[in-house]
Amino acid sequence: MAVATGKSFVSRFGVHIAVLVFVAIWTIPTLGILVSSLRDKDQIVASGWWNSFASSSQTEAGRLPPATAQTQKDGKYVLEGNIFGDGAKRNISAFGVKAAAPTQYPAGSSADLGDGITLQVNADGSFVMTSPKAFEGDRGQRLYYASSAPPKFTTDNYQTVLFSEGIGRSFMNSLTVTIPATVIPILIAAFAAYALAWMRFPGRALLIAVIIGLLVVPLQMSLIPLLKLYNGVGTFFGVPSKTYLGIWLAHTGFGLPFAIYLLRSYIAGLPREIMESARIDGASDFEIFVKIVLPLSFPVLASFAIFQFLWVWNDLLVAMVFLGTAPDQIVLTAKLNALLGSRGGNWEILTTSAFITIIVPLIVFFSLQRYFVRGLLAGSVKGG
Amino acid sequence: MAAQIFSAIFVIIIGVGGCVAYFWGANKLLDLTFPSRGVTGTAAVNNLRRQGLVRPWLFVGPALIILTIYLIYPVIATLWLSFLDRGGTSFVGLANYEWALRDPDLRRSILNNLLWLAVVPAACTFLGLIIAVLTDKIWWGTIAKSLIFLPLAISFVGASVIWKFIYEYRGEGQVQIGLLNAIIQHFGGQPQVWISLPFWNNFFLMIILIWIQTGFAMVILSSALRGIPEETLEAAVIDGANPFQIFWKIMVPQIWGTIAVVWTTITILVLKVFDIVLTMTNGQWNSQVLANLMFDWMFRGGGDFGRGATIAIIIMIAVIPIMVWNIRQANKETGGH
Repeated sequence: MAVATGKSFVSRFGVHIAVLVFVAIWTIPTLGILVSSLRDKDQIVASGWWNSFASSSQTEAGRLPPATAQTQKDGKYVLEGNIFGDGAKRNISAFGVKAAAPTQYPAGSSADLGDGITLQVNADGSFVMTSPKAFEGDRGQRLYYASSAPPKFTTDNYQTVLFSEGIGRSFMNSLTVTIPATVIPILIAAFAAYALAWMRFPGRALLIAVIIGLLVVPLQMSLIPLLKLYNGVGTFFGVPSKTYLGIWLAHTGFGLPFAIYLLRSYIAGLPREIMESARIDGASDFEIFVKIVLPLSFPVLASFAIFQFLWVWNDLLVAMVFLGTAPDQIVLTAKLNALLGSRGGNWEILTTSAFITIIVPLIVFFSLQRYFVRGLLAGSVKGG
Repeated sequence: MAAQIFSAIFVIIIGVGGCVAYFWGANKLLDLTFPSRGVTGTAAVNNLRRQGLVRPWLFVGPALIILTIYLIYPVIATLWLSFLDRGGTSFVGLANYEWALRDPDLRRSILNNLLWLAVVPAACTFLGLIIAVLTDKIWWGTIAKSLIFLPLAISFVGASVIWKFIYEYRGEGQVQIGLLNAIIQHFGGQPQVWISLPFWNNFFLMIILIWIQTGFAMVILSSALRGIPEETLEAAVIDGANPFQIFWKIMVPQIWGTIAVVWTTITILVLKVFDIVLTMTNGQWNSQVLANLMFDWMFRGGGDFGRGATIAIIIMIAVIPIMVWNIRQANKETGGH
């Protein structure tokens, strides 16, 4: 854009920095759950995810063995051993004997504790404490140490969540809801859109106005009457009121105004000459629609399909009202909401589940971004 | 589970097949009933006319039936239910509306919704506009835009988990694993339980919606900015306007229409905000909003359909001005077509 020309280096640099800051704010939150979902569950609570590539360090307290464990060596009394026992995995970076200075001495150095007593703690946890006099008392020396564990990444969280927390099952349920709810409205909307764009009939203008009005009607207006209707139908026919068929139709109904609006504005913009020459050749409206309009409308049909897919996949409200919460029906969003209640502090489960719920939309979004943006522009610039 | 997948595939086939069969069959039936080929003279003309009368309704019929069941009938029914008692059986007049005027939860929700309305559309539009202008000037702008656009694909529940992790609180002095408290503690501040701070917690919930919707505003406004004639900008540069003057006095006035569309679209979304509040606080700590309150009344203690419907009507009333404006705009545009 012309505005940028002739600007100083500083102001151009400023633009790069500003955009970088915006990009950081908009991506770091998502990055946080992706990184956390791959971390060891003990490390998630021990350090922030932004530190996950550094060793996670923590300060701990322990006691050396009591005086009964001492041996005599070269005329001195010696206590030896390893503070981690045998399973040493962590690294000690520093140690100390006072709570106020828990990291007073670097690992490997020899600390002078007074009265000729020395204590050496090595990085692997082994220690040697020597004294010219015999150690006394049945409580060992208090010891503080800063230890670090190497970064540990794992896919365990994904296995846990997919197979024992029920997210895998919910993933299938979400697909079961989403695919039919995306496919069914397309054809219904396309025929209606063609009629509203190219056929003349009384009431057409009113119908278009009604559809534009329905575009913004809050979903909340439909919930209670439909819930009553579904319950009534369920009781009357003796079938369950919360079924996949019910939610497919509900999503179809709620998606139709936007579908018809989007498709109509595209189909109305197709060149008139094509329609007229086809009609002169004796083609009926049905033939024109199937052979000309439908193939030409592919981009807008794709746009709508992406919208509807994302909307249904991400929906929580409709699923909570019209679908049950038993394992064979609960969708991903509802499951994630339930986990937030029952697994509030288990971030390894929450971050992993959240990432699984957003991965499908992200893939759809990145691979089909072009159609998505086109639909967004067509759907809203003209007043929706 | 296999049965479930099978039934889903079966329904797609039945559903799509049924649609195709209906449209094709109904059309064929019409052609057979009023044949236009093989007859001559006035009969052919009459039949063509009759076909023209019926065929549009065959095309819009299924859509019309579904729209009637799922949207038009419920709107009327909700209005009617708002005058009935909790079970939806006996008429109670304006009792639900009287309750609505007095109920403190509802008043709190309306105030919170107004706060959301004041902040979120403005913030999204403003940030979207700034980012659209800035990204247009740099070579990696397209990549930056896709990354900022990305949260639009994330569900509100997913986004809530993402941000709950950022707001996570641990006692003072402990290792903070939530980014916000870690930053605050790093600079010597006091970690806070952000989502339970009355009043301010509303803003921490709004940030989530702003984070999601800014990408939407950015894409629409970016395309509108591209539509600004180059000459007007060049003329301003020649006249010595600085970048801020160009932005406020040349660019913004030319895209007012688009700004209004973005603003109203986000406004409608804000009125319906539900998932974020449900998952983050469920309305606790004074963060209740209308849509979540309605959901609460629909199911609380077996559900109170009268009061739930009344809350839905309140949301609807807020949407009506935008609806009227949209229909007017559309009528102006389609005019003669």
